[in-house]
Amino acid sequence: MRRSFGWTVLAVFAFACAAHVKAQEAAPVPDTLEQRIAACASCHGPHGEGGHNAFNPRLAGKPAGYLLRQMQDFQKGLRHYEIMEYMVAPLDEPYMREIAAYFAGQQVPYEKHPTPAMSPAAMARGEQLVTKGDAAKGVPACMACHGPNLTGVQPDIPGLVGLPYDYVSAQLGSWRTNTRSTTAPDCMATVVSRLTDADISAVSAWLASRPVPPDAHAEPAGSVKPPLRCGVLGG
Amino acid sequence: MKTTLQIAALLVALITCRSALTRDALAEGQYLTTIGDCASCHTARNGKPMAGGRVVPTPFGAIPSPNLTPDHETGLGTWRAEDFYQALHSGKAHDGTSLYPAFPFTSYTKVTRADSDAMFAYLKSLPAVRNPDTPNTLRWPYRMRSLMASWRLMYFDEGEYQPDPKQSAQWNRGAYLVQGLGHCNECHANRNSFGAMVTDPFLAGGLIPVQNWYAPDLSMGPEGGLAGWSEADVVALLKTGRSSKGSALGPMAEVVLKSTQHLTDDDLAAIATYLKTLPPRAPVRQRGNAVDAAQVAQAGQKVYAQHCADCHGADGRGKGDAYPPLDGNVSVTEPTGINAIRVVLSGGFAPATASHPRPYSMPPFAQVLTDDDAAAVVTYIRHAWSNRASSVSPNDVRAYRSTPGGI
Repeated sequence: MRRSFGWTVLAVFAFACAAHVKAQEAAPVPDTLEQRIAACASCHGPHGEGGHNAFNPRLAGKPAGYLLRQMQDFQKGLRHYEIMEYMVAPLDEPYMREIAAYFAGQQVPYEKHPTPAMSPAAMARGEQLVTKGDAAKGVPACMACHGPNLTGVQPDIPGLVGLPYDYVSAQLGSWRTNTRSTTAPDCMATVVSRLTDADISAVSAWLASRPVPPDAHAEPAGSVKPPLRCGVLGG
Repeated sequence: MKTTLQIAALLVALITCRSALTRDALAEGQYLTTIGDCASCHTARNGKPMAGGRVVPTPFGAIPSPNLTPDHETGLGTWRAEDFYQALHSGKAHDGTSLYPAFPFTSYTKVTRADSDAMFAYLKSLPAVRNPDTPNTLRWPYRMRSLMASWRLMYFDEGEYQPDPKQSAQWNRGAYLVQGLGHCNECHANRNSFGAMVTDPFLAGGLIPVQNWYAPDLSMGPEGGLAGWSEADVVALLKTGRSSKGSALGPMAEVVLKSTQHLTDDDLAAIATYLKTLPPRAPVRQRGNAVDAAQVAQAGQKVYAQHCADCHGADGRGKGDAYPPLDGNVSVTEPTGINAIRVVLSGGFAPATASHPRPYSMPPFAQVLTDDDAAAVVTYIRHAWSNRASSVSPNDVRAYRSTPGGI
C-alpha cells in the first residue's frame, strides 16, 4: 500500500511536471502590440511612462502626430540618437503610426522630477520666455504654440510640462548643435538660435518646476495660431 | 472620311499600345534597379530617389554615391545607354575614367545589355534632380585613379553572365541574379587588403568592412553557413525578413526592405535553387576559445535564463514567428561573434515588410548588461545546444558599445 502511494505521488508529480513543461513550451507569444514593441518599452516603459533616467523621455499622452514625426525624423537623420535611429530604421509608416497611436493613448501618472536650484532671476527669465516670450529678440512665448497649459496641441505639438530639466535642456541644446532638426522651415531651430545658454537653462528649469495639471491632455487641433511658419505644422 | 477615321483609330491604337509597352519596359527597368538595390547607395537619407549623396564608407576613405537622375549637369542627363552599360559592364564612367569598386561593377559586369538598357530607360524617366557630386575622402595613394588600372588587371574579371547549359533555366536565373545585379558576394565574402572581394570560394562569408557586421556563408551544405536551411527558408528570409532559422539583421535588413522583399516568387525561388548548389566548403576555422570559456559560458547561462530564455526558449529554439531560434542560427555561430554581440547590445526589430508588417522586437541590453555579462551570454549561446562556436571577450563587447547601427 505504502509503495503504491509512493508511485501515485511520483506519477502525479511527473504528470504535473510534464504538463508544466508543455505549458511553458506551448505558451504562445501574445499577439499584442505591447509584446511586439518590447524594445520600446525597455527604455520608455511599457506605457511610455519614461525611463528612470532623464534622457529616455515619457511618450505617454504625447500627440500621435508628434511621436510619428520623431520616428520619421530619426529615420531621415534629421534627429540624431544612434540607438533610436537604429531601432526605427527597419520600420514602415503604418507600423510607426500604430506605435505612435499606442503611446499617445496611454494615460499614466507623471513622475516627479527634481528641479535644479536656480536663482530667482533665472526662474523669472524662464517664466518670461515661456509665458510671454522676448519680443526684442524675436522669441515667441512657448505657450503660443505648446498651448496655454503647456500640455501640447493635437496632433503635432508636444507638451512641455512633466519633462525633466536635463531632457528639455538637452533637446534645446541639440537644436543648436544640429543633432535635432525637423521638416523645414524648422521653427524650433529658429527660436533656439535666438536663445542664450542661460536662456536655455532658465526655460528648462522653469518648465521642469511646473506642476502637471491633473487631467493633462493636449489641446484640440487648431486651437493655437503659431507665430512662426513651421514645417511640422504644414509650413 | 471613313478611311481617315480608320487611320486615326489605328494611330490611337498604336500610340496607346506603344505607351503601354513603354510602361512595361519602365516597370521592368524599375524592377531590375530594385534587384540591384541601387537606391540603397544612390538615395541619401531624406534625399530624393536616386539623386545620390549617400556616403559609402570604405577602409580607404568615404565615397559619396553619384546622382543617377537625368539631370544634365549633375546626373545622367548626357549619358547614353551605351555609357550606362559601360559603367555596369566595364566599371568606367562615360568619360572613360575608372570607377572605384565601391560601385560593384565587379558583379554588375554580369548584367546583360538588355537589362542594362531597361534600367537606364527607367532612370531616365525619373524626375531630374540637381545634386552635384561631393568629393570623396579617399586617402593617398588610393585617391589616385590611375592605380585602378592595375587593380582592374588583378581583380576585375569583365564579362556578362554565361548560362551553364548543364543547369536548369531556374538555376541559371538564380545564378545570374546572385552573381550579377544582386551583388551578394560584395558583402558575403572577405575582401583582401586592396579591397577586392574573394571570389573563390564564392559567397563563403566575410566581415563587411567599416560596417562591421559579419555576412555569413550562404551555402546550404553541411559545413555551410546556412546548413539546415531549406530553399523555402531562404525564400522566406528574402521575402519577409525572417525565417524559421533566423531574421535579417543590420545591413541585410535594409537589403530585404529595399530590394529582396520586392522580388517575384519565381526569382526568389531561383535564387534559393542556385544557393542550394554552392559547392561544399572547408569548415570555417573558429578562433580559439579563451582558457576560461567553460566558466564564462556557465555564467552566461544564468544571464540567459534571466534575460533571454523567455523569448528564445531555454532550449534555444525560439518562439514561432515572433522570436528566432538561437540554436543553429548562423548569426549566433558566425566566426567572429560580432553579430551576436551587436544584437545583444542593440536589440531591434526585424524589418517591417509587406508580408510581415508588424515585426516583434528585442530590447537593447547595452544599458542592462556589463561587458562581462554580455560576453558571458554571447559565449554561452555560441556554445549551447548544437552550437560550437568560439568564446567572445568583454573587450570584444566594449568595441561595439557605441555603434548600434553602423549602417
